[in-house]
Amino acid sequence: MKNMKQQYGQPKDNYHARIMAKSIAIFCVCILLTLICLVPIYILAVNATHGHMDLAKNPSNFWFGSSIGDNFDTLLGKVKTGAARQYSGSFDVVQGYVNSLLIAGCTTGLTVFFSAMTAYGLTVYDFKLRGAAYTLIITVMMIPMQVSSAGFVRFMYSLGLINNFIPLIVPAIAAPAVVFYMRSYMKSSFPLDIVEASRIDGCGEFRTFLTIAIPMMKPAIAVQAIFAFVANWNNFYTQNMILKSDKLATMPIMVTKVLGFDKNVDYGVNYLCVTLSILPIVVIYFCLSKFIVGGVALGGVKE
Amino acid sequence: MASAAQRRIKSISYAKYGYMFIAPFFLVYCFFQIWPLIYTFILSFQGNQANNGQWVGLDNYNTILFGEGMAAGAADLRGEFLQSLGNTFILWFGNFIPQILLSLLLAVWFTDATVKLPGKGFFKVVMYMPNIITAASVAALYVNLFGDSKYYFINATLMNMGLAEPIAFVSDPVISKIMVMFIQTWLWFGNTMIMLMSGIMGINPSLFEAANIDGANSRQVFFRVTLPLLQPIMVYTMITSMIGGLQMFDIPFLYHTGANFDRDLETVAVFIYYNFNKGTVEQANYGYAGAASIIIFVITALLGSFTFYFNRDKDEIAKKKQRKRAMKQYKARMKQGGLSL
Repeated sequence: MKNMKQQYGQPKDNYHARIMAKSIAIFCVCILLTLICLVPIYILAVNATHGHMDLAKNPSNFWFGSSIGDNFDTLLGKVKTGAARQYSGSFDVVQGYVNSLLIAGCTTGLTVFFSAMTAYGLTVYDFKLRGAAYTLIITVMMIPMQVSSAGFVRFMYSLGLINNFIPLIVPAIAAPAVVFYMRSYMKSSFPLDIVEASRIDGCGEFRTFLTIAIPMMKPAIAVQAIFAFVANWNNFYTQNMILKSDKLATMPIMVTKVLGFDKNVDYGVNYLCVTLSILPIVVIYFCLSKFIVGGVALGGVKE
Repeated sequence: MASAAQRRIKSISYAKYGYMFIAPFFLVYCFFQIWPLIYTFILSFQGNQANNGQWVGLDNYNTILFGEGMAAGAADLRGEFLQSLGNTFILWFGNFIPQILLSLLLAVWFTDATVKLPGKGFFKVVMYMPNIITAASVAALYVNLFGDSKYYFINATLMNMGLAEPIAFVSDPVISKIMVMFIQTWLWFGNTMIMLMSGIMGINPSLFEAANIDGANSRQVFFRVTLPLLQPIMVYTMITSMIGGLQMFDIPFLYHTGANFDRDLETVAVFIYYNFNKGTVEQANYGYAGAASIIIFVITALLGSFTFYFNRDKDEIAKKKQRKRAMKQYKARMKQGGLSL
């Protein structure tokens, strides 16, 4: 030991201390960013438990109150006030959850199934237009929804599909970004020999896809299903331009209605509405966060 | 050696199944995306409201770009459109710069092997969280926290701490823009960070090792190794973010109190949406909305072709070249053979 120190000298400028200092600094920045991400949500939840009178006196609360029951009564229209009529008329919690769940559930199913099918077609079979089809898919991935929305609304109107879930659900069959992801997944982890083996065993092409390819693609399907569900639950733009009737309103539409009130505003109920609209997504997220964060980089496409 | 059955299977053409598998995608895509896009293009040459369906040529473009159309308020519409285009770029720029800097810094820290950071997984999960929350709810959340008067959380807290007058976080034209930039950054920095992290982890670790052995400090490693090798991902992130920025809608549209959206936050997407909702569904400003859409489409197409260029499947291109070369050789040989015969 002594010999080595003589030979090489002291370790230079406190390497370990510097690393420690850097780590602590980074840790502090991360804590700060965590607070910035979580505090708004926390304050939202806290204020949802305070009553209107309470909030009018002191809107700056950091701990939970006791009026969540009263806020729920107002929201569900159990009391006879102007605010209650207004809120229960535009923010029907159960209806909103049902509509949002229906749309998000159907679109998710269609998106992952048909995307897997398209990706399978593009990877397994060799046909003349394969290259062109793939190029088209990654090109159209870039076209934003907003660009075609004027034509979309007018077209749906002429088909009589305004105030209908069909224009929100059926287009989910064509999800270029998901196809792109599934194709790269298949390319890296789906051996084509399996298809050949199943052919030799006399298995039909669609049966091969359903009983062999789909189970093998489960990880990719799971990740994309989560993303598709979240994206469709959150999709305010398309839903708001197709669904005009109150009965069909989804959660995001209801939140924006509440936001637009300028008379009889009950701040506590406002907070409660926003809390209810993000609750399912946040719960799903923290249950499945491992898959989601792992899948972001692989998905590689922003909405 | 292939068995007899394998040889027989090789001789069967399965091409028709390929078309069958991709047919639903393309049918639905054409019906719900391509045709509406073409229809938008057609609508951009047709009249507005009472004149829906009448051919007006380039009048809509003339109106919103130069203010010289036939409509009474042509100059106002032009002002509104140009303002919305300006707002779109200001809001995009103002959220992209802090977002990319913050994400890059975090990505470098999280992938740095020498830094001991407990709870890395937790931080990633929390920082990505804002991205999955409904944008409409996020706007509602921020309006309810940052409202203009002393009855809202932030102003009340600041006034408890000694602020004299409440700050107009929602209605002030400049502060509201900064707020939208902040919200957009809040929403997206976790996503960008994870994208950049995957980019950094894709870099060959022996390069970092070599740099460390050669005595490079962390700044040198960042500027000389990480950043140059991260360039393709950075370009990709920038362009996807820019395309996303061009469609920025939810937050600018909803960050207001009262019934109408805030003119100072109007983006092109809001302009389009507002115009095809002006009037009834059967009679709206489809012409202006269409023209604005096509202008945005052209900008997006230019940016998209950039991204496409940076993200080509290089293996596929190499394979194609090889196939072409083999075909040429084969043809040449056939020719020679033909001559010699």
